Amino acid sequence: MGSENPKIVAFCCEESGMPAYEHALSLGLELPEGLRVIAIPCGGKAETGYIMKALDEGADAVMVFACYEGNCKYVRGNIRAEKRVNYLKGRLEKLGLSPEKIVFCPVAPANGVRFAELLQQEIEVLRKGT
Amino acid sequence: MDYQSGRRTEENRKGGPSDMKSGSNLEKVLEKGEFAVTAELGPPKGNDVEVVYEKAKYLKGVVDAVNVTDNQTAIVRMSSIATSKIIMDLGLEPVMQMTCRDRNRIGMQSDIFGATALGIKNCLCLTGDHQRFGNEIDSKNVYDLDSIQLLSVLKAMRDEGKTLGGEEIEGNIKLFLGAAANPFGDPFEFRAIRLAKKVKAGADFIQTQVIYDMDRFREWMKMVRDLGLHERTHIMAGVMPLKSGGMARYMAKNVAGVTIPDEIVKRMVAAPKGKGAAEGIKICIETIEQLKEIEGVHGVHIMALEWEHRVPEICEEAGLLPRPS
Amino acid sequence: MIIAEQKPIEEILEMLAPHKKILLAGCGACVTVCQAGGEKEVGVLASQIRMARKEAGNPIEIVEMTLTRQCEPEFMEEAKDAMKDVEAVLSIACGIGVQLMAQTFYDKPAYPGLNTTFLGLPEEHGVFTERCAACGNCVLHLTGGICPIARCSKSLLNGPCGGSQNGKCEISQDVDCAWQLIYDRLKAIGKLENLTEIIPPKKWITSRDGGPRKIVREDLRI
Repeated sequence: MGSENPKIVAFCCEESGMPAYEHALSLGLELPEGLRVIAIPCGGKAETGYIMKALDEGADAVMVFACYEGNCKYVRGNIRAEKRVNYLKGRLEKLGLSPEKIVFCPVAPANGVRFAELLQQEIEVLRKGT
Repeated sequence: MDYQSGRRTEENRKGGPSDMKSGSNLEKVLEKGEFAVTAELGPPKGNDVEVVYEKAKYLKGVVDAVNVTDNQTAIVRMSSIATSKIIMDLGLEPVMQMTCRDRNRIGMQSDIFGATALGIKNCLCLTGDHQRFGNEIDSKNVYDLDSIQLLSVLKAMRDEGKTLGGEEIEGNIKLFLGAAANPFGDPFEFRAIRLAKKVKAGADFIQTQVIYDMDRFREWMKMVRDLGLHERTHIMAGVMPLKSGGMARYMAKNVAGVTIPDEIVKRMVAAPKGKGAAEGIKICIETIEQLKEIEGVHGVHIMALEWEHRVPEICEEAGLLPRPS
Repeated sequence: MIIAEQKPIEEILEMLAPHKKILLAGCGACVTVCQAGGEKEVGVLASQIRMARKEAGNPIEIVEMTLTRQCEPEFMEEAKDAMKDVEAVLSIACGIGVQLMAQTFYDKPAYPGLNTTFLGLPEEHGVFTERCAACGNCVLHLTGGICPIARCSKSLLNGPCGGSQNGKCEISQDVDCAWQLIYDRLKAIGKLENLTEIIPPKKWITSRDGGPRKIVREDLRI
């Protein structure tokens, strides 16, 4: 990891991830300095290609924030996202990299606190890994 | 040593004085209308002939012919043709089994030339278990012919003196041809029709898959009789003595093509410890008694693999001894 | 279409070990549809290889591109410029594409990133099954449109065998018994009598068994 500020790319869906992020901001919660948020219409738009490219270009972790099961506005986008994340975890292991670098995080729209918690958890995991 | 005559004469062509297809002991017993009995012998996983002698000694004199399996369940064993010759030298008559899994038409016809030259007179044509079941799962799949096509090919070799490719055969192929039938396979309504195809292709005798479900078997025999097949081929019913409750449960659940009614499984499971085998033999004998009564059943095929030493008592208790000849 | 799947990454990395700059070439046809070698897969695989090599302290430069199709000589033009500057090409087209790449760019190694598996179709999104054996002598008119060569484990022409149970093949519960399917279909179209006829031994010479095949259409030759 190297630096004190791990670079985390967070793909946030418009229905839950983004509102949760905005809620966290409005509450004035501390969010990691290396955080970069990317809005996507639905968790299902978090393609394997984007996730891998982010890691390839230097992200320490990629997190996908999407709706809880059953709540996806586009029905199954969150399920697709979770499947892809699990698939990629397997791929990372085969490459000799930590599967913890990618995480699927279901979150409720009005839960900025949880959003911040999940980010912090991932930072701890990354720190332990190095 | 007994070698088949190499020259074709008017006498030993088809339609010779005896009108027998092969003159084998099994053929004679069936043609005479006697209730025939065959058993099975599995060759060793190697060339240890002692294994063959051990099994063969129990079967001598108690059955009319012995099936020699052909790499059964795709496990590599001594070839059926070699093992058949070995048991012939011991005074037993083999039914050489030939599957379509391992050889193409060239290999199969070649083996038939050789087998009949060595004096082998009975051949059971089988499709063969897929190699995925065996101990050489990476092998190339052959299945150049299926069992029905194989029957046609061997029948033409015998009756027309020609190979599949049209070549005149140097010699005279005399074979009693058999095929397997599964009264319990799917689709059920189609099974009798498939049997008709095998008979049409040339099956002189049929050995069925093991029977435990008598009701279902009777249903199948009725369909077979309705098609008149029992008069065109000799049907031998397959039986297998169960060794234990565990075996009964396992077979009922796992073996493709085998149905065991609950009451039989119950009987086996309920048998006191150490008495499972005896109960299995008892059920086998009861089954044979019932089979004798079914119209169109001309014999029984006892599959007691790795249990050959129990065959004499099964034959004795089921009233099958002494054998004719 | 042709169905393929990616080789294990360890195999791919081993092939690329001696190289520092390669072209990773995808294909816009079959392998795009079965999501093994299309544009998206090029991106994902390139990232993975780069990351693995970086981790191993031996970075690699990858030029990414997806050709319209890798099975036709005219489309090889698309890769001409890129191939000038690389040491080798990792092709994630089917085996045909890899071979055409190798033949066209004769002086540079061409590596297969996929295992080409069979001719088939998607039963549902993400599930592909084998349907055709390219035997050169189609009998689908006899079997109600279901191929006994490709779909029967034993390629029987007079099936089923004794191992058919509950519509499944003896080798696995995941494999349908082709002859059960054939029976059902012939019944549905009123042609069950087809099954009473013995289909004679197949002439395998028209299949790969007869040697590598070639078709020449004089009417099409310029």
